[in-house]
Amino acid sequence: MSKRTTWAALACAALFAAAGCGGSDNGGGGTDGGGTKASVGFKVPNVPMQKTLGAGEGKLNIIAWAGYAEDGSTDPKVDWVTPFEKQTGCQVNVKIGNTSDEMVTLMRTGQYDGVSASGDATLRLIAGGDVAPVNTNLVPNYADVFPELKNQAFNSVNGQMYGIPHGRGANLLMWRSDKVPGNLDSWSAVFDQGSQYKGRLTAYDNPIYIADAALYLKATKPELKITNPYELDDKQFQASVDLLKQQRQNIGEYWSDYTKEQAAFTSGDSTVGTTWQVIANLLEADKVKVKTVLPKEGATGWSDTWMIASKAQHPNCMYKWMDWIISPKVNAEVAEWFGEAPSNAKACAETASKDHCKIFHADDEAYFDKVSYWTTPRTQCGDERGDVCKDYAQWVQAWTEIKG
Amino acid sequence: MHLGLLLSGPLGWLAVAYLGSLVVLFISAFWQLDEFSGEIVKEPTFDNFRLLWENDVYRTIAFRTIGIAGLVTVTDAILAFPIAFYMARVASPRVRGLLVVGVLMPLWASYLVKVYAWRVILSEDGILNWALGPLGIHGPGFGFVATWLVFSYLWLPYMILPVYAGLERIPDSMIDASGDLGGRPGLTFRRVIFPLAFPAVVAGSIFTFSLTLGDYITPQLVSSTQFIGNVVYANVGVANNLPLAAAFATVPVFVMIVYLLGARRLGAFEAL
Repeated sequence: MSKRTTWAALACAALFAAAGCGGSDNGGGGTDGGGTKASVGFKVPNVPMQKTLGAGEGKLNIIAWAGYAEDGSTDPKVDWVTPFEKQTGCQVNVKIGNTSDEMVTLMRTGQYDGVSASGDATLRLIAGGDVAPVNTNLVPNYADVFPELKNQAFNSVNGQMYGIPHGRGANLLMWRSDKVPGNLDSWSAVFDQGSQYKGRLTAYDNPIYIADAALYLKATKPELKITNPYELDDKQFQASVDLLKQQRQNIGEYWSDYTKEQAAFTSGDSTVGTTWQVIANLLEADKVKVKTVLPKEGATGWSDTWMIASKAQHPNCMYKWMDWIISPKVNAEVAEWFGEAPSNAKACAETASKDHCKIFHADDEAYFDKVSYWTTPRTQCGDERGDVCKDYAQWVQAWTEIKG
Repeated sequence: MHLGLLLSGPLGWLAVAYLGSLVVLFISAFWQLDEFSGEIVKEPTFDNFRLLWENDVYRTIAFRTIGIAGLVTVTDAILAFPIAFYMARVASPRVRGLLVVGVLMPLWASYLVKVYAWRVILSEDGILNWALGPLGIHGPGFGFVATWLVFSYLWLPYMILPVYAGLERIPDSMIDASGDLGGRPGLTFRRVIFPLAFPAVVAGSIFTFSLTLGDYITPQLVSSTQFIGNVVYANVGVANNLPLAAAFATVPVFVMIVYLLGARRLGAFEAL
């Protein structure tokens, strides 16, 4: 009998949820308050910049990409958090963010002092008032950062830096050299020629991957006049989405976290697809025969920035961290561990592998000219076309449609 | 009086934590997202539901999800019935005890371990392709079929146990009576045992159906196929579009209401 009552209650619960509520709250529409309408196309919230640096607060809570803040727990030899704690007295708590979107969500909780944000998160954080401008005078090592990384569209607004550049890299084309004959040098392998690898093709499972298709179309379909793969108007966007829908037929599985791609390439379930250098390194360490290339059409990539939260409870520790993480030796350690190009020019002299900066093209601007860094797509195209481009919300919806 | 006091705690918990969160879910389905900053705008609108209705892909995904939930339920019912029947009516008490343990044992292992095990089984150089290879057959690989296999495996115990309990409750005297009146075993099964056990099958199907309806981890690990859960997850984790996620999440809630109403008519609640 008692069981019967339980079930009746459950059914009622479901019914109640459906019928017993129609009204909804009427909150204020959006966040108002000061702020200037900048030429960048969105309202930049008024967030004060720190003027002076005080003593550390004894604690620091940060959000980082896996491998960006190692404290020796992964590998005892890989540790740049403990020396920082000893030197500054700031106890570091690291929260790993798996995607840019997750990082934005975490930052909005207001519980963190800073984040290592990629270019597809930075502007969202700035526009949301979640991060504060950075006083680069308080970060001595900033002087040695490659000039090409300063005052970029994804880390600054109207000439004001909103973060400290950390490192950069490209999304590469990878293939199993023992299963795929010949050398690949074009993204056509995953798009127009993709049917050759039907069921063995992989791609990054994220709306930002639409830019990879746009980049390929930029090279192969000049009539679309794509200039920037993140600024796509209706026709260009549709063409990219169509290309990805076509690619969908050949995809074995998408990957979103790097361990999934590593497993898929090891087992041979995936043989061709987009990758990060660090995944290729891990596979090679496991004796899996893979090759990578930066295809002739160029590639998408990331340039990461350490940003400080507007509501940081430990701002002095965060400033100390931003200076620490790009100091030549530490920047070199991170870059080698993660497999990317360091942001500090002096880091190249500190790497354990002397060729690191060469392999990752740290000072090779010709290489990075071919890389389109992840940027948040917005309605404003950033050129004379005006406000006709597709914003990120539409990218997300299109991605759902592509996967079907 | 005392009973009321005793029950007020748990019932209050049920009302606040379960019903309350469903109400919040439903209300937030009418909010929307500021296009750039990603902040939630708390003005009621039907935009989310309109988008879900007008866009083919969401309808396809909803039907696909209901489809696999039905498919898994039918598969599990077919697999579970003979096992439960053997356990309840044929096996000796000793064997029955062993079988109950055997059915429950997989529930002790972590869900993720089981799904990853299936990943290994189904992968390109996995054991399935190795076993089927000599016959010239290639395994299904990762995809819809893989999802169906894994779901059916995962939720089978939830079907077996209610059916077993339902079959065990049938009094021997009824079966004897059927035999005495000239009913052959086949007829007895069709006209006596199955009708009496059917509510138990429906009760089990509530579990298999609802568990499949809400799952998003298995599809993510053994396929790239999208179900309602995956779209909800993507809209929470990737897009941070909670209102759209909430709107889509009301779909399985409605499906379950209809399902539970149907199950009640079939007498499933008495069989639990």
